[in-house]
Amino acid sequence: MTPEEQLAETVRVEGARVLATLIRTLGSLQRAEDAVQDAAVAALQAWPRDGIPADPRAWLAVTARHKAYDVLRREAARPGKELAAAGGAALVAPDLAPEVLDMVEPESVVRDDLLRLMFTCCHPALAREAQVALALRTLAGLDAGAIARGFLVPEATMAKRLTRARQKIAQARIPYRVPPDAELPARLASVLAVVHLIATESHAPSAGEHLVRVDLEAEAVRLARLLNELMPGEPEVLALLALLLLTAARRPARTDAAGDPVPLAGQDRSVWDQAAIAEASALLAEAVRRSGGVAGPYQLQAHLSACHSTAPSYAGTDWDRVVGLYDLLLSLSANPAVALNRAVAVTERDGPAAGLAALDAITGLARWHLWHAARAEALRRLGDTGQARDALRQALALAPTAPERRLLARRLAEMTSH
Amino acid sequence: MVMALYAALLYMPEGSDWMTPEVRAEHNVFGAAATEVIAGAAALYPTGSATTITVAGGPGGDVMVTDGPYAEAKEILIGLYLLEAADLDEAIGWAARIPTAWRGKVELRPVLPIGHRPF
Repeated sequence: MTPEEQLAETVRVEGARVLATLIRTLGSLQRAEDAVQDAAVAALQAWPRDGIPADPRAWLAVTARHKAYDVLRREAARPGKELAAAGGAALVAPDLAPEVLDMVEPESVVRDDLLRLMFTCCHPALAREAQVALALRTLAGLDAGAIARGFLVPEATMAKRLTRARQKIAQARIPYRVPPDAELPARLASVLAVVHLIATESHAPSAGEHLVRVDLEAEAVRLARLLNELMPGEPEVLALLALLLLTAARRPARTDAAGDPVPLAGQDRSVWDQAAIAEASALLAEAVRRSGGVAGPYQLQAHLSACHSTAPSYAGTDWDRVVGLYDLLLSLSANPAVALNRAVAVTERDGPAAGLAALDAITGLARWHLWHAARAEALRRLGDTGQARDALRQALALAPTAPERRLLARRLAEMTSH
Repeated sequence: MVMALYAALLYMPEGSDWMTPEVRAEHNVFGAAATEVIAGAAALYPTGSATTITVAGGPGGDVMVTDGPYAEAKEILIGLYLLEAADLDEAIGWAARIPTAWRGKVELRPVLPIGHRPF
């Protein structure tokens, strides 16, 4: 990282913490975002000249509060009609008397505000894609352009999504608070789903693909870490962080030099990040201890991922345990993608005939390339090259990305030459 | 705390009768439990009495009057509650207790803070 990037990163990370508190004191997400944005611009001008202050967050917090106060003072001087139009979104009277402007919030207050921000961004009254966008905008400090690149949507689409989400929060009065205990499990599930989605649905950038690298998988790990700090000992939070770390640990092996995906069976296990796997294992063990024998969906997924992370080889994986974990996961909620992965594990445990039967028992996946690819593999092992080729061709026709198509085309070529 | 108004718009499947003694009794249960938040309420006549009016082009444009409700969804609007709640979560909590929440749908719409209570 260059010094400039380091500076921008400090502003981005600390800005989120400043924002969390400012939303509460201003009662408006939009006003708080504007003020933090102004403070960030001021920081990027002042810090290279004067040096990074000893407490960057305090500097940003005080500067943002002054910026917000300036805006409110200007608005107060304007005629009533204009004020109503501009300030209709403000929920609580701004607590910005001059003597509190230079106050620095204690860490415990900032933590509470960050948790409020997490739950507000992931409020069920917002669409999932809006939750994801808001979380990345506010908690990760990414701008609309960066989020748009991460999800391969036009920047204008992402900007509109963020604007609508802010309006919904202001107009419907989505409260800025951590939900009461009775609602917490359901609301926490929404927060976990958003963080998980950021890791799984984002587009992993390959080197040189974008001018600015947007590493949303790393952002998801950071958000999961933050959540684990804010809600220590929560079993599903521990499990989600473990799951994300286990997935990230395979990153060096997940793609080849051309950026094409490498399936688990073909990955070079020697380049997996063992430190991350060790950290994840400890987190998962704590999740098990704290969950009282009732494993949630993220714990089951983390166990599954850990099965692979600790196996000596693909063939040496404990497939019986893998199938059992998929059975438990399916008992929580019927999900064709999980059923597909289970069928692949059945192929490894019981052979291709059993695997093919399990695959054919799943309905509703005929439009999914991975189902056809899994069928092709089971058929190939059964020696039915003709049907295997047909299945691969169908997978090829349905595969959504170029790297996946290249992988399937290679397999098809290998099968044809044999 | 300044309270906000929420309109709870009630939907039931087409062909439903929302004036049966059973349904009315359920609304009475809700009404008795929610006296502190109900700022106003209205049950509507069946959709046969509905008229849809559209204006073409904009203000002052041609007025078109058609018989029947505008909505083409499977549910039809059957009435509304105006809920006065501190925030959306509180309003959702009350909306979930409206009988229509299980007989159809309840749509919560924040009401613009213009003027005073309509009732």
